[in-house]
Amino acid sequence: MNQAETQNALYGISAEFADDVTLLAAAHKAREAGYTVMDAYSPVPVHGLHEALGGKRTKLPYIALAGALAGLLGGLWLQIWVSAIEYPMNVGGRPLVSWTSFFPVTFECMILGAALATIGGLFAMCKFPQPYHSIFNTPGFERASNDRYFLCIEAQDPKFDKEAVRTLLNDAGAEAVSEVKP
Amino acid sequence: MAFDPKEREAIMGQVGDALAPGQTMDSIGEDISSIILTKKPPKSWYIGLGIAGLLMGVLMVSVIHLLFFGVGVWGINAPVGWGFAIINFVWWIGIGHAGTLISAVLFLFRQEWRTSINRFAEAMTLFAVSAAGLFPLLHTGRPWLAYWMFPYPNTLGMWPQFRSPLIWDVFAVTTYATVSAMFWYLGMIPDMATMRDKAKVKIQKVIYGMASMGWRGSAVDWHRYEVAYLLFAGLATPLVISVHSIVALDFAVSVIPGWHTTIFPPYFVAGAVFSGFAMVLTLVIPVRAIYGLKHIITIRHIDNMSKIMLATGLMVFYGYLNEVFFGWYSAHEYEMYMIWNRMTGPYAPAFWALIFCNGLVPQLLWFKRVRHNVIAIFFISIVINIGMWLERFVIVVTSLHRDFLPSSWGMYYPTKWDLAIYAGSIGFFFFAMFLFIRWIPMIAIFEVREVNHKQQHG
Repeated sequence: MNQAETQNALYGISAEFADDVTLLAAAHKAREAGYTVMDAYSPVPVHGLHEALGGKRTKLPYIALAGALAGLLGGLWLQIWVSAIEYPMNVGGRPLVSWTSFFPVTFECMILGAALATIGGLFAMCKFPQPYHSIFNTPGFERASNDRYFLCIEAQDPKFDKEAVRTLLNDAGAEAVSEVKP
Repeated sequence: MAFDPKEREAIMGQVGDALAPGQTMDSIGEDISSIILTKKPPKSWYIGLGIAGLLMGVLMVSVIHLLFFGVGVWGINAPVGWGFAIINFVWWIGIGHAGTLISAVLFLFRQEWRTSINRFAEAMTLFAVSAAGLFPLLHTGRPWLAYWMFPYPNTLGMWPQFRSPLIWDVFAVTTYATVSAMFWYLGMIPDMATMRDKAKVKIQKVIYGMASMGWRGSAVDWHRYEVAYLLFAGLATPLVISVHSIVALDFAVSVIPGWHTTIFPPYFVAGAVFSGFAMVLTLVIPVRAIYGLKHIITIRHIDNMSKIMLATGLMVFYGYLNEVFFGWYSAHEYEMYMIWNRMTGPYAPAFWALIFCNGLVPQLLWFKRVRHNVIAIFFISIVINIGMWLERFVIVVTSLHRDFLPSSWGMYYPTKWDLAIYAGSIGFFFFAMFLFIRWIPMIAIFEVREVNHKQQHG
């Protein structure tokens, strides 16, 4: 990449909005115009925004379920293995696999497995921790965690065209539109 | 989060604004973050931290003394082998449960007012569980061997006894501590981003930036985040019930008169919520006054928490009546004696003080005038904390000190080291709370913003 290209390199064009209603409308507009690679940023969750951007429902619940099952089976197996296989102790002929008394530990392991899978899955999906992200180059982005809403159409979008995107975002009621360096 | 105010209205049949009117996104962020970022801590913070720090010193000295001379420095002996250690353990862990109840159960029931107090209550959970964990560890006498309680392959070929409630406890409490910590941190990530962006000093930016994990509030992330939060709430709810049920099973699975009863798990859970809310109120009432947060933690929060305290207090009181009734109805010599001994024996003052604290005083909460009187609620909450401690004292000591054979009866008197370590654990708890108030936004900024937004726009 030569210097001119580096200077021209663009992560995307982002627009700043004053409230969630305008942002949501802008997201719908952008989607209707055929943009697919974009993301919106807000200080509080905005309902319907993820769907408006064409996002699918997250698979996180399945990851949690897998964690729960792993914890449940792992915990139960641990106790059965310890009590009946590794160190069987015959106390007056009582059953070795006394599963009812294994229930509490199994339950706790299930919850622990599900919780670890949920937080691990969330971090992996969101790519946390992520100290650097191009979107932070947007002027005034520090207000995205305070009282401003942003929509960024990324340069990777097949339909991306600087001027068209600018016009679209301006028409959608943006307070400011700016180019974002990668 | 997925609150639909209309639906909530239909379910709960009541709407009252949880937050004072006239607040904006920015004002909420500023009010909460400025406590940490720009304002100097009030004098009372230094005084409080100093006192708590001194008590931490007491804890350290008493733990060193204990480790040096052994658990004999406590008043425990045959027949009362549990004493203060287990009383304090149950008391602390019960206090912790209110945090999970507020953050998880009230979330599932869509009680939006919880947002003003959940961060605070979750912090309380974490520190209370840490304080609780101290006691069984020290009670083992050799805490450096505590890892023996975990199943790990070792050269001795020894494994834990999975049929023992004490091992269930190990799993329950460690899971609870882990899940509470993760839930707390999860709820904090977006606020850490707010702190990062509001920070004025480089070091603050760097530290809060790292703690925020690079959160940028993207729509995809918010979507995943909300699902994860809901999952955590769904997991923490049965967890909190299981933890205190298992603590109750430590008693109920044994054959000691007064312990061997099926009412223990539900009655322990109700007692945990009761004492936990009392502790939240004890902490929140001074904090909201000192830090000027009366517009975020309003009288409605105090009122709602008082109502929950009243309800759970009645459940607990029902538990006491039930114990007395079944002591008599069992027609079991030892059970009947245990109840009679509890009410008229050497520890009767503790029992009647307990009935006064947990049975009579909470009845004041029926009156709106009391519930809206912050000072009255503050003192009632302290009385309830004392009452719940006495409850555990009565359960542990009166059952053990006279069980079956009169020849093995005995008395239990706490020593100064029992008292010192108990006071020390309170110091530890408050020390951690003071540090929390200083460095972590004590109110969930983004959740309060959301509720505020909904309050204003419907």
